[in-house]
Amino acid sequence: MDYQWDFATLWQYRYLLLEGLAYTAGFTVLTVVSGVVVGTIFALARLSGLRVVTVPVMAVVELFRCTPVLVQLVWCYYALPMLTGVEISPPMAAFLTLTLYGAAFYSEIIRGGIVSIDIGQWDAGRAIGMRRGQLMGKIILPQALRRMVPPLVNQSVLQLKNTSLLSVLAVPDLLYQGQLVTSATYRPLETYTLIAAIYLAVLFPLTRTAHWLEDRNKA
Amino acid sequence: MTYQPNSDLRNHRSPLMDKDLMIEVVGLKKSFGPLEVLRDINLIVPRGHVVALIGPSGSGKSTLLRSLNLLCLPDAGYVAIGDHKMDFSAGNVSLRDRDLAAFRANTGMVFQNFNLFPHMNVVENVMVGPVTVLKQDKKSARERAIELLSKVGLADRAEAHPEQLSGGQKQRVAIARALAMNPDVMLFDEATSALDPALVGEVLAVIRQLAEQGMTMILVTHEMAFARDVADTVIFMKDGYVVEAGDARQVINQPREAATREFLSHFHGGLA
Ligand SMILES: Nc1ncnc2c1ncn2[C@@H]1O[C@H](COP(=O)(O)OP(=O)(O)OP(=O)(O)O)[C@@H](O)[C@H]1O
Ligand SMILES: [Mg+2]
Repeated sequence: MDYQWDFATLWQYRYLLLEGLAYTAGFTVLTVVSGVVVGTIFALARLSGLRVVTVPVMAVVELFRCTPVLVQLVWCYYALPMLTGVEISPPMAAFLTLTLYGAAFYSEIIRGGIVSIDIGQWDAGRAIGMRRGQLMGKIILPQALRRMVPPLVNQSVLQLKNTSLLSVLAVPDLLYQGQLVTSATYRPLETYTLIAAIYLAVLFPLTRTAHWLEDRNKA
Repeated sequence: MTYQPNSDLRNHRSPLMDKDLMIEVVGLKKSFGPLEVLRDINLIVPRGHVVALIGPSGSGKSTLLRSLNLLCLPDAGYVAIGDHKMDFSAGNVSLRDRDLAAFRANTGMVFQNFNLFPHMNVVENVMVGPVTVLKQDKKSARERAIELLSKVGLADRAEAHPEQLSGGQKQRVAIARALAMNPDVMLFDEATSALDPALVGEVLAVIRQLAEQGMTMILVTHEMAFARDVADTVIFMKDGYVVEAGDARQVINQPREAATREFLSHFHGGLA
């Protein structure tokens, strides 16, 4: 194959691609934070043991875990407004979907981390007169967090990858901007290679960090 | 210590003055599903007395102990420790987190498996209760913690982490952690059962020292010789009932009940 590689042409589109990267990073950070917050609420709701809250929360979690994100995204943008009568913008649909999708997985990680703490730790904290919040804050969460961090980082890596699906709703993320550049330059090979390389450059250090944290916890 | 089965002590006061009374339990009941674990427990422990609680596995010793500091919530009955009182008779149960916590803060408990906080060093384990629950400032809490650690012979390990300690050392830290709350009573649930035989002595020595200093204590133990020598009273439980209670030497050396005799016959090695 004697294809003439030409990455130089892409240089003039660097700001377009940077903007895309900013959208990708921004959506990731935003939905990781909102996902962890909602996920924590889901986890605490499930740990409460009250059926009126555990059952609906479990239903939502399973719904988002057992359907593809792309389907959720499209459903939220096209179908949800027909049900509610309220139009939502593509970024809003993307934010809602990725938040709940993330929350479904984060909540399981957080709940798993909390229940993995030995029951004796709860006994010991209660026995010295700690109240629920103090026990969680001083005894349970500090230990659970150590165990949760590696899977939380892994889930956040997936969250970043999932933002590439936003391009189907014309949210100008990295992949969407790549599509724009491709149609302007007719250079899909270079453009999509570069896009993949950028994802790799961002995610590789993150996954290494997760591995490192896991190893450190085992030690 | 007097044992008065089925008498309602709230209405009919015992001859003990209130100030001498440290633990009072009336009509305590607890079931787990269909399993009745505590059937009708009545108990009075005067200030400064040491009670050893003995009995076969599954007789309800741990459940009784955990009911005394409300780690386990009784189905019925009345529990008072010092000035803290909880009445579990029907329709009269306050289960607010705040009240339970205040009740528990006043009773120290030591567990078979130590349950030290692994993310804190030794002195932090001892300080965390006073700082978090009693809102003591860190400096004085640390000073007091070091004092208690010297009392259990571990002042030099204050900065160590729990995983660097032997079982006996861990249990002594756990005792210091409980004492740091200045509890009215100390409850020990088989505090030496998880230890290498060689390490049992150092923990028993600390408990004996507490007894000599007048701490009111209830010990669940399989160390019959220790129970006989250190406790004022021995209570033998079986199937959720108190079968026999009385002077420690008498119950261990000349049990009145056949069930007590039968149980103790398994321990003659330990009594030699
Ligand atoms: N949380 C619980 N849920 C259900 N059953 C329980 C619970 N805690 C204790 N039990 C049951 O209650 C009974 C009494 O248990 P308990 O731990 O009080 O006995 P014990 O006298 O301390 O025995 P051991 O000497 O083995 O420690 C046992 O049959 C036990 O299985
Ligand atoms: Mg027990």
